[in-house]
Amino acid sequence: MSDTATATSTPSSQVRILEREPLVTNNRSYNWITERVCGIVENRQPALWWWLFIPSVLLTGVTFFCFAYLISTGVGVWGQKQPVAWAWDITNFVFWIGIGHAGTLISAILFLTRQKWRTAVNRAAEAMTIFAVMCAGLFPAFHVGRVWMVWFLAPVPNANAIWQNFKSPLLWDVFAVSTYFTVSAMFWYIGLIPDLATIRDRCKPGLRKTLYGLFSLGWRGGNRQWNHYEMAYLLLAALSTPLVLSVHSVVSFDFATSVVPGWHTTIFPPYFVAGAIFGGFAMVLTLMIPVRAIYGLHDLITEKHIDNMAKIILLTGTIVGYAYSMEFFIAYFSGNPYELQVFQLRGLYGPSVWYYYAMFICNVFAPQLFWFKWCRKNLWVVMAVCMFVNAGMWYERYVIIVTTLERHFTPGSWRTYDATWVDNWTFIGTFGMFMMLFLLFLRFLPVIALGEVKAILPQSDPHHDPHGEKGVHELEIESGKTKVA
Amino acid sequence: MARTTLKRVHGYLAEFDSATDVYHASEHIRDAKFRRWDVHSPFPIHGLNEAMGLSRSKLPWFVFFGGLAGLATAFSLEYITQVVLYPTVVQAKPTNIFTIPAFFPVMFELTILLSALTTVFGCFALMGLPRWNHPIFASRQFSKFSDDRFFICIEARDPKFHQTETRDFLEKLGGKNIELVEDEL
Repeated sequence: MSDTATATSTPSSQVRILEREPLVTNNRSYNWITERVCGIVENRQPALWWWLFIPSVLLTGVTFFCFAYLISTGVGVWGQKQPVAWAWDITNFVFWIGIGHAGTLISAILFLTRQKWRTAVNRAAEAMTIFAVMCAGLFPAFHVGRVWMVWFLAPVPNANAIWQNFKSPLLWDVFAVSTYFTVSAMFWYIGLIPDLATIRDRCKPGLRKTLYGLFSLGWRGGNRQWNHYEMAYLLLAALSTPLVLSVHSVVSFDFATSVVPGWHTTIFPPYFVAGAIFGGFAMVLTLMIPVRAIYGLHDLITEKHIDNMAKIILLTGTIVGYAYSMEFFIAYFSGNPYELQVFQLRGLYGPSVWYYYAMFICNVFAPQLFWFKWCRKNLWVVMAVCMFVNAGMWYERYVIIVTTLERHFTPGSWRTYDATWVDNWTFIGTFGMFMMLFLLFLRFLPVIALGEVKAILPQSDPHHDPHGEKGVHELEIESGKTKVA
Repeated sequence: MARTTLKRVHGYLAEFDSATDVYHASEHIRDAKFRRWDVHSPFPIHGLNEAMGLSRSKLPWFVFFGGLAGLATAFSLEYITQVVLYPTVVQAKPTNIFTIPAFFPVMFELTILLSALTTVFGCFALMGLPRWNHPIFASRQFSKFSDDRFFICIEARDPKFHQTETRDFLEKLGGKNIELVEDEL
């Protein structure tokens, strides 16, 4: 039961029970956790917060300025021209959606597999998911051209009596992404309720208390409530797990169900999902390592947590590397000359080979450093690798989308794609929007799931023995029930 | 501001130091056949449902039907629009029921969406939330429940509740700072 089941004074004749690293170090109390995490919300923010927040707000303004310019002038301000009709906008969409996937992986899949270390990072990762999906949603909405017609995506009758084409993967995408956003937001909010109540109970009467009280819904922490709450949490985790796998699969269907060489491959769904989790974990670490240092959360987000996430990056990065290689091999092995040509142009002598090399180096070679424990322990190395992965995952989507379209079927229509300043700044601005939302989250909401972290402390187990008495396993060894070699 | 002095007894609130204490106290209260009582803790305590004699949450039943509703909604939406109202041949896919594989992604997503909505709102309904005012908030010490304290509240509407015996009982179980919680009417 307890994650820290240990036998500290086992004589050498008995079986040695290996000690687990504690999930919360320095034996912190419940109150310490409350004070430390709520303190972030209750105290003044460090100056750095403002130094990051103000540029982020300005960058957000840049994105919306670029969109306004796009609407007022026309889609020609973007760099896409035939045959490259999908370019940075769709690249950015897939990039941001992918970032979100680590949040759901941490909150849902690691919950179902009983990985208790998830509790320290799940709140921030879920917040990241929601903000990333918000950034992602902007791009396809403006990509449709006439953004005021975007409601045509919704299955409502319109004046022409035309219905949406439900056989199209683009419409599947609308359903997948909107479901993903809704379910992620609900999952996040359900998790927040007990922690909002903690802040409510610490506030002096006033506007703050009223607002936190309003959103904590009058939570009383009764076990008759926890009973349903835990069931709801389990069900949402069980629903989010197939959902997150389906979302990026459906995103990959946008490409895979077409007949374009380089896109029409069955490897796309698993390859996209692995890539999404890979890129998402890199973003979680990119955000959480500075947060941990700035707000002094070293006892809650320990080296063990960072180590685990680095290992997941190594695993998924290697899966992604396998997918890249297998794509190339199948292009050759299939005997399809178009497919082979696309891959040769992509990786050997096309106009955008450098994008391919950048992708390969960032996504496949850089994470291999995580085979070494020293690299996983050194936070500068971890941050550097994560930056490589963040960049590499954008290159991956660029390679898939743009380099494929640049060399379409008819050589006469080949054209090398050039991004305009509007493309660049719209994308850079979404980082500002993402940062702005994340900084506001740090300012107003508990960055660590208090209730969940408290529940994994050793003293939270009702069968925990505070007096260092023998556990069941040791008693069994003594009574001879368990044989010891 | 005119205030009534009429008060209603909500119940006895007792504080406990640790999850272990509150767990064992719950077992005794369960065995004493109390019905209207609850344990308030900063986190869900493992195994406390059994110690309190609570049955498993009924939430999954609601969610099952919510999911079915989502599936049915998606199928009807797709079948009616694609086959009945506006049949179009796209990507050489048929305009009859045999086009159903292309309907699966949306059926799946709406099943998940309606299941999740049922989970959240069903959970709120079962928990009796939102309920912003509750007599137990009249207690000053209760605000520590969300930090590091554990409380047991035996309500006055319990048929076995007794003004002195219940207090002694909680004291015997190791409860501290026992308080008669009253809210103003």
